[in-house]
Amino acid sequence: MKKYENIIPMENGMNVPGVVYASKELFDLVKDDKTIEQVKNVARLPGIVGKSIALPDCHRGYGFPIGGVAAFDLKKGVVSPGGVGYDINCGVLLLKTNLTKKDLEKKEEKLADAIHKKIPSGLGRGSPFQITYPELDRILEGGSKYLVEKGYGVKEDYLLCEEEGCMKGANAKLVSERAKKRGIGQLGTIGAGNHFLDVLSVEEIFDKKTAEVYGLKKNQIVILIHCGSRGLGHQVASDYIKKMEEEYGTESLPDRELVCAPVNSKLGKEYLSAMAAAANFAFANKQIITFWLREVFKSFFPNSKIEFLYEVCHNIAKIEEYIVDGKKAKVCVHRKGATRAYGKERKEVPKKYRHVGQPVLIPGSMGTASYVMVGTKKSEEIAFGSSVHGAGRKMSRTSAIKSIKGRDTKNKLLSKKILIRSSSERLISEESPEVYKDIDEVVKIVDELGISKKVAKLIPMMVIIG
Amino acid sequence: MKFKFLSHTADVKFRAYSDTLEGAFSNSVLAVSKFLFDGKIKEEKKFSVKISGRDFESLLYNFIEEILFLIDSKNFVPSKVANLKIDKKKFSLSATFLGGPAQDYKIESHIKAVTYNEMFVKKIKNKWVLQVVLDI
Repeated sequence: MKKYENIIPMENGMNVPGVVYASKELFDLVKDDKTIEQVKNVARLPGIVGKSIALPDCHRGYGFPIGGVAAFDLKKGVVSPGGVGYDINCGVLLLKTNLTKKDLEKKEEKLADAIHKKIPSGLGRGSPFQITYPELDRILEGGSKYLVEKGYGVKEDYLLCEEEGCMKGANAKLVSERAKKRGIGQLGTIGAGNHFLDVLSVEEIFDKKTAEVYGLKKNQIVILIHCGSRGLGHQVASDYIKKMEEEYGTESLPDRELVCAPVNSKLGKEYLSAMAAAANFAFANKQIITFWLREVFKSFFPNSKIEFLYEVCHNIAKIEEYIVDGKKAKVCVHRKGATRAYGKERKEVPKKYRHVGQPVLIPGSMGTASYVMVGTKKSEEIAFGSSVHGAGRKMSRTSAIKSIKGRDTKNKLLSKKILIRSSSERLISEESPEVYKDIDEVVKIVDELGISKKVAKLIPMMVIIG
Repeated sequence: MKFKFLSHTADVKFRAYSDTLEGAFSNSVLAVSKFLFDGKIKEEKKFSVKISGRDFESLLYNFIEEILFLIDSKNFVPSKVANLKIDKKKFSLSATFLGGPAQDYKIESHIKAVTYNEMFVKKIKNKWVLQVVLDI
């Protein structure tokens, strides 16, 4: 066995073996919580190639494990909405500023309040960004690129975004009225759950050359935003789960949530087009948030400049090319709570970063570090170009509410000079650092495994959640 | 006991119980309501709905999804359900959701979706039990 490679051997019904990339400690955390069963179930789906993969941050999900990657043959394989998740293109955007920690001194409280006030989070706060249905359709097909053309940003924003801010093949007609009704009032909102907007500072640089290419310096202020396609994406997932169940049934599947359609079927293609539209909604969502953030920062620091470092997708299915069984092949890769992590020279990586590899953004929890890493060839070889998407949960919300008080977490964060803004104390307890695995440990394993390499460590200063 | 929350690493899992299927479905609304807001929600708004499915599980899935649709599109937070009638042969139901405007309450969390993961609706020793995992 190679280091950190825990093979799940083939057994009844599995088409390929599974693998959990983890240290003994991380593997022990998940070996009894149904994660392994879910890895095996994914391996039972038709046309899966390579291995059913779980990354070091993996944990039990619903159907597919979270932190899971699975690739399917384009002729014999399937696409599964459950393998993408309900929050289509939930992802992370890292913005860099021309400010340093010193610039923020004595303004922290007011700045945190202003951001919390300007950017809607939680439930019940609609978005001030009101649009018509035809406008929504243009956003679904044009993504953040369309919004930039309308004046909500600059070209470099979408150029430094996975898919250049507009996933191809999106068709707004394949998104139901119901989904549009859920999403139309939500553009520019963070949502709740594990979504957040953090202001952080660069604490440490590990890879000087790459950090320079990415434009990161010690003590620089950066902003990390984690959110997705809101109610619109959730409804698209739900709609196609039902359609696929109607057309293909679930009787032969080990879990109803694994419902799927052949990638090359009409319904499979329609799902991918609707998913791309929801993905574009998620890109647009972060573009509006960025537009507002720039306004807030300008009101405090008139000379402030906020630029995209990169934006990555965590929940997505894409047709990508790899060497599979010694041959070049296009496959449908599902990433469910995983980040693409391409190394040098892949044409999908923005020109600016192509000679070093793509930025891989790994948020920690509210009280811990986050990391910027760089993608590698190794990740293309062993994980269909994927890396982890965070620390990964280890404790359920139900247990968190019972054992952790939101107020205590708030105080602990304050003692580390981290400000938190949230309308819900319960949510603070549900998202407390203790409920997540140790991010430093996860990142160490990822680095040693080589599926991405450390570039910089970020330390939170402000945390804004639902 | 009307409902109970259980542990699930990623999400929230609950079971609802009752002597009747209607009762168990109604109690699932109480569980969803409790997860969103721990307190009294005034019944100022109501939405009457008709829902169908292919079996009890898909009927339950569609029933809870309807609440999530009302939360997102109508800014509604549910308190309970009334006039719930289930046609067990056709797997269809009619019901009225009662609740209030979300902005009037300090909502604790949001629900992204209902999932089929570990879902069941069954009768165990004369009692209906259903189980749901919500994606948060």
